[in-house]
Amino acid sequence: MSDIQLTLKIWRQEGPDAPGRFQSYASGPISTDMSFLEMLDVLNERLTGEGAEPVAFDHDCREGICGMCGAVVNGHSHGPEKETTLCQLHMRHFNDGDTLVIEPFRARAFRIEKDLVVDRSGLDKMITAGGFVSVNTGGAPDANAIPIPQKNAEEAMDAAACIGCGACVAACPNASAMLFVAAKVSHLSLLPQGHPERARRALDMVSEMDELGFGNCSNERECEAACPKGISIRNIARLNREFLKAAIFSDED
Amino acid sequence: MILDSKIPDGPLAEKWDRHRFECKLVNPANKRKFDIIVVGAGLAGASASASLAELGYNVKTFCLQDSPRRGHSIAAQGGINAAKNYQNDGDSIFRLFYDTIKGGDFRAREANVYRLAQVSNNIIDQCVAQGVPFAREYGGQLANRSFGGAQVSRTFYARGQTGQQLLLGAYSALMRQVKKGKVEMLSRREMLDVVVIDGQARGIVTRNMLSGVIETHAAHAVVLATGGYGNVYFLSTNAMGSNVTAAWRAYKRGAYFANPCFVQIHPTCIPVHGTYQSKLTLMSESLRNDGRVWVPKNPGDTRPPTEIPENERDYYLENKYPSFGNLVPRDVASRNAKEQCDQGKGVGSTGLAVYLDFSEAISRDGSGVITRKYGNLFHMYEKITAANPMHEPMMIFPAVHYTMGGLWVDYNLMSTIPGLFVLGEANFSDHGANRLGASALMQGLADGYFVIPYTIGNYLATISSSPQDTSHQAFKQVADEAAAKIGQLLAINGKKTVDEIHRELGLLMWDSCGMSRNEAGLQQALARLPAIREEFWQNVAIPGSGQELNQSLERAGRVADFLEFAELMVIDALSRKESCGCHFREESQTEENEAKRDDANHAHVSVWEYTGDGNSPEFHKEPLAFENVQPSQRSYK
Ligand SMILES: Cc1cc2nc3c(=O)[nH]c(=O)nc-3n(C[C@H](O)[C@H](O)[C@H](O)COP(=O)(O)OP(=O)(O)OC[C@H]3O[C@@H](n4cnc5c(N)ncnc54)[C@H](O)[C@@H]3O)c2cc1C
Ligand code: SF4
Ligand code: FES
Repeated sequence: MSDIQLTLKIWRQEGPDAPGRFQSYASGPISTDMSFLEMLDVLNERLTGEGAEPVAFDHDCREGICGMCGAVVNGHSHGPEKETTLCQLHMRHFNDGDTLVIEPFRARAFRIEKDLVVDRSGLDKMITAGGFVSVNTGGAPDANAIPIPQKNAEEAMDAAACIGCGACVAACPNASAMLFVAAKVSHLSLLPQGHPERARRALDMVSEMDELGFGNCSNERECEAACPKGISIRNIARLNREFLKAAIFSDED
Repeated sequence: MILDSKIPDGPLAEKWDRHRFECKLVNPANKRKFDIIVVGAGLAGASASASLAELGYNVKTFCLQDSPRRGHSIAAQGGINAAKNYQNDGDSIFRLFYDTIKGGDFRAREANVYRLAQVSNNIIDQCVAQGVPFAREYGGQLANRSFGGAQVSRTFYARGQTGQQLLLGAYSALMRQVKKGKVEMLSRREMLDVVVIDGQARGIVTRNMLSGVIETHAAHAVVLATGGYGNVYFLSTNAMGSNVTAAWRAYKRGAYFANPCFVQIHPTCIPVHGTYQSKLTLMSESLRNDGRVWVPKNPGDTRPPTEIPENERDYYLENKYPSFGNLVPRDVASRNAKEQCDQGKGVGSTGLAVYLDFSEAISRDGSGVITRKYGNLFHMYEKITAANPMHEPMMIFPAVHYTMGGLWVDYNLMSTIPGLFVLGEANFSDHGANRLGASALMQGLADGYFVIPYTIGNYLATISSSPQDTSHQAFKQVADEAAAKIGQLLAINGKKTVDEIHRELGLLMWDSCGMSRNEAGLQQALARLPAIREEFWQNVAIPGSGQELNQSLERAGRVADFLEFAELMVIDALSRKESCGCHFREESQTEENEAKRDDANHAHVSVWEYTGDGNSPEFHKEPLAFENVQPSQRSYK
């Protein structure tokens, strides 16, 4: 364990309609055992003590699973470590004297609420459009009634691991939400329970994505590189297949 | 008031069926005339919202996060229990019931726990139908693992992300009802109070966390599913936003609080390593299936673990508890870790840690198998500590994890305020003095999917379905009070940050009302608490205004409630002079230093009634009767 000193250039913006700007702060001594968010806590404690406004940022679990945290650090969504959320990024990955440019996830569909906090409700809306199995509570058959090959269950789980953080959108030059949508469509189409609605689901989720102002996918692969959960772009290929099949063969209107 | 738990008559195994038959029904056409508020969108709140909306009720659901998919339940790792007996290893509904009652050290209601075990199987069916990708065997059948406090393999899991997958299942069911227009989802809303009119819960007051606007919402019934209060200790495994506010405000409006001192300290967490630390990270208990817990035999041995030979290691759980070994219940494992550290045998830079060693499992099963089982947990551990458990033992230490106490509810999950229901970790109902692993997820989903849909109808059928609105002056009055409190907080303009005071509260509670408790320590805490509260109200610094996103203000409101609530915890701990489950009173132990229950004097739920600020709460007892199991001194030897 040791201490490092950093220069933090942080995006400050009072509200959705206020102009934003970068502001520089000297970090003071930062233990390399701290998490990135703990580093921001330390800064905020100091700002509060000085009577200044602390930096607003979203977070909750601090275990890399709730998907609430996120910011762009030196151009990388969730910072430079591969497959790591901002809350699980530790300061030992930075060097004494580094300058960190910290800004919110930016995308047309993500309004900035304040400082590093953005509105990601579009992700919920795409799930609402079709990211579910239509089954009411009660009356489900025995859980072992339909065997599911381990390989399929594992692959479905790989896709279901998405935490809905939106880093993929922020990383994409088109601000597309393809990886997010693809993860959900893959998860459910890999399982027999998701089959009856697979066509409708793919069509509805993609059309909602378009409507919400997310961009198109042009195979930049930035999403995969930014994703803290290692969601593979193979899922996008699967989504494209599902979508095409649905668009061509769907007998629904 | 006499506490009526409304346990149905009849043999244990028939109570729930009988009750469902006797519950009054609301006919389908009338259901759409009833509005229900659900506060919370964790497992309990999301499952309740979806199920109630499916039945036809109009549901309004609230949560703190920007999306209902992020509730604290998402962080649960290890798994969810059910009495499926797929392994043919002797499990049954009665055994799950028995293990849960025994694990809770005979301080829970038989009827509630039996119902929980009964519906556990439906939960797994429901989740699979929703597309929850549980782990499977090669043949395609569901896989199980074993968990602390049980000798059968009944825990279903989705890698180390079971809570996430279950919550995403419930969330998808919830969003489906949003699409149908049956649920209105209000995110980034903090409930600040409940509105009680003529003795019935009629709505809530919330703060829009983005705009700061204080809002009122009316309904025919209010369901609280707001989670646990472990963050009273500042450091815990809970999500940062977990709080007692909703439950505490309900308490101050007339809902009784049960067993507030029952707090579970989880044995396998990453040890504390610095004062800046903001939370503690759990390492799933499932690790104890393959990990062996040990410390050096000689106090003060500072050699690295790999250099300590076998015969100088003390596998203290295996030695002391031969039949359960590393799988003893959490309270036993935690207390033993503390005991080893108190003897100077703790490891790591602080001496407040023990080893959890996988080397034997790795050489037995191969690194591939171990990676498949625990890879993501090892990965998380390595991210935080920069050490890889494949090569050196993990270091672990107990941390505050779960609160068994909560608002008192009857068999229908209704609090002492008619029309106010409480689900999930926020109620006290099923875990007694200690919760077994993998049973909180089970309880949250049981409450939401399979209990409340029946029992809420029983209440609604007795009240008028005439439309509810917020025109009653009680709404304005409660909203004004909430706004005034915010104004008061912002006017303090002091010097200490919210976290500084919260940390101080947490340390006091950890030292005096944590893993072990005694009269003197508790009395000291009781004397100290008013001073910390005073300091908070005189000297806290909250920058910014109330009309914007203000995270300092949000935290301050929650800490203000923790500061009041902590006192009730201490009072409760003082009044329970026995040891039971997680509540270890040093004055009450066996010769072998195990918790010693006192059934003659304490076989009851301790229930507290608010009687006004500055007044002592009034104590009520709900006696516990055991007709189907014989309370025994727990032994895991
Ligand atoms: C790290 C960790 C691992 C765990 N692992 C397991 C496990 O493997 N198996 C198991 O059975 N249990 C486990 N548990 C316990 C279990 O996760 C919780 O007890 C359970 O998920 C609680 O669910 P809940 O729905 O009652 O509350 P929560 O999930 O805490 O949800 C509370 C909800 O209420 C909302 N809320 C809170 N206050 C307010 C307010 N004032 N206004 C508006 N909304 C509010 C929140 O936004 C949230 O949506 C674990 C717990 C932790 C901390
Ligand atoms: S796909 Fe990855 S980056 Fe995108 S929302 Fe899911 S977890 Fe986040
Ligand atoms: S805070 Fe939950 S993922 Fe980072």
